[in-house]
Amino acid sequence: MFSFLARRLITVFLPTLFGMSILVFGAMHAIPGSYVDVLLGVGQDITPEQRQQIVAQYGLDKSIPLQYLTWLGNVVRGDFGTSLKSGNTVTSEILSRLPVTLELAVLATIVSLVLAIPSGILAALHRGRWPDTVLRLFALIGLSVPNFLIATMLVLFISTKWRVLPTTGFVPVGDGLWPNLRSLILPVISLGALLAASIMRMMRSSMLEELGKEYLTVARAKGLQQRRIVLGHALRNSLIPVITVVGIQTGYMLGGTVIVEQVFAIPGIGRLALDAVNQRDYPMVMGTVMFIAAAFVLMNLVTDIVYGFVDPRIRVGGDHE
Amino acid sequence: MNELALPKAPSRGKTLRRLASRNKVACAAACILLVIVVLSLLAPWLHLPDPVAMAPVDRLKPPGEAGLMGTDKFGRSIFSRILFGTRISLVVGVAAVLVAAACGTVIGLIAGYLGHWQEYITMRVMDVLFSFPSIILAILIVSIIGAGFGSIVLAIALVQTPIFARIVRGSTLSVKNIEYVHAAEASGATTGLILRRHILPNVAAPILVQLALSMSGAITMEAALSYLGLGAVPPTPSLGSMLNENRSSMEIAPWTVLYPGIALAVIVLCINMFGDAVRDYMDPRIRKNM
Repeated sequence: MFSFLARRLITVFLPTLFGMSILVFGAMHAIPGSYVDVLLGVGQDITPEQRQQIVAQYGLDKSIPLQYLTWLGNVVRGDFGTSLKSGNTVTSEILSRLPVTLELAVLATIVSLVLAIPSGILAALHRGRWPDTVLRLFALIGLSVPNFLIATMLVLFISTKWRVLPTTGFVPVGDGLWPNLRSLILPVISLGALLAASIMRMMRSSMLEELGKEYLTVARAKGLQQRRIVLGHALRNSLIPVITVVGIQTGYMLGGTVIVEQVFAIPGIGRLALDAVNQRDYPMVMGTVMFIAAAFVLMNLVTDIVYGFVDPRIRVGGDHE
Repeated sequence: MNELALPKAPSRGKTLRRLASRNKVACAAACILLVIVVLSLLAPWLHLPDPVAMAPVDRLKPPGEAGLMGTDKFGRSIFSRILFGTRISLVVGVAAVLVAAACGTVIGLIAGYLGHWQEYITMRVMDVLFSFPSIILAILIVSIIGAGFGSIVLAIALVQTPIFARIVRGSTLSVKNIEYVHAAEASGATTGLILRRHILPNVAAPILVQLALSMSGAITMEAALSYLGLGAVPPTPSLGSMLNENRSSMEIAPWTVLYPGIALAVIVLCINMFGDAVRDYMDPRIRKNM
């Protein structure tokens, strides 16, 4: 198990992160014009001495590879620099926004799992009949309709028409758990729809595949109840491919939070990133993009590990690309 | 698409009926799509109200009173904005997917056929691009180049290129050791000629399938970026930006977001259903089992 983990770390995780860091750094330095002007924004009147001072402060007089190495060294130590707008360190801003995004993502994952796994099993057991048709239609909608559209439609009907839930805005946990959860209901549905749809589809097809296998024919032949066949035997094996979907899609959900947080005015990392882009706060853009991307790769690594843990064939077999 | 694992094999008649019913859905999707594409491409010649010019007198008129789908807070016809917006979405989507397909095909062919370090470097770069959540990569690009259609096309293309590269590389690997390729090599054909004449035609099918599948992703991404204010610059209409800019008037004029939303959902659903059908048809494994 340990060597499997080490191999994944060295062959996939670290090279990908390294590549990402080059891309993010390169992208920021590919911005047209001098980086000093970019840092200062347009229309700033400064003397050459001040400019010199800024150049020295940010180490911009050094060569690009050296600047990159300095930046990378800081990033590895958790220092993403200072926000140009707020003056706080990028790391502290990210950390202060992290709990909100985490709460949103974790809730969306839990809700998706709770809804999608039973639905997937149900659809598989009733293949071709109406529960299957209805559930698959829902899955198709969840997969096709973009999250901001789901969000807009939810707000349109549930908040403005029926006035059941708040339209936008986020209530911190400090103001009570129920108001907090209430303000997250619509965001969680918008964010989780894609995840739930993917899990349900995978659960259905993997359950169908499992039910067709010989050992279950044997189980049926010896007179085992359907309930025990499905929950006792088929479920365990059919969950394996579902784990991959959950892992990968949860990673993608990090991207989805950017949009959902914007729609519902939730002060999370996604909104931080978007505000940074709009305000041309480049250290913040680099920091948030790098953070979300790293979380995404980490999520994939965790998926690999869990997968290897559940299915020993993968651990022993080595790399499965 | 999930018919891979049937508990028992259906009879031949059932298989045919299933195929027909599946195609019926795909046919319907294709027809709706065709109507939307034709309408939006012909939009400038349909004598529609100007989608950009403001007419404060007509602001927030409900459907029926002013045009088919009412007007927004600037008095602009929702219907013509939807058609012009769809037109832009389609152009951006097609352009981005074609750029991605072209780049991805070249990279995939080179990586698959040459192997060695060329393969290692190109595919690692593709892995890195693929490892970003797509919206984050797009945000990074837009933050450098600035909002606008050029940067969205580039952003979407960059997100989609690794998908094409992986598919083409995989297909190239499976055909490069077939005898006629060796024969061409032995007769002294250049690498470029072999790739163009002998390998490309054999990897074309999966590229076509992916073109269909990528379109819905590209259109969704365009809408998402425009929604976030990173794409279409106002007052240019786009389905995504319409949903965003009409949020403030949503409560008193629900039609201003309802119709653009329905339009976007219908387009993406139709493309997805059509793409799935194309994939099922092209994949003999699934076709056989259906």
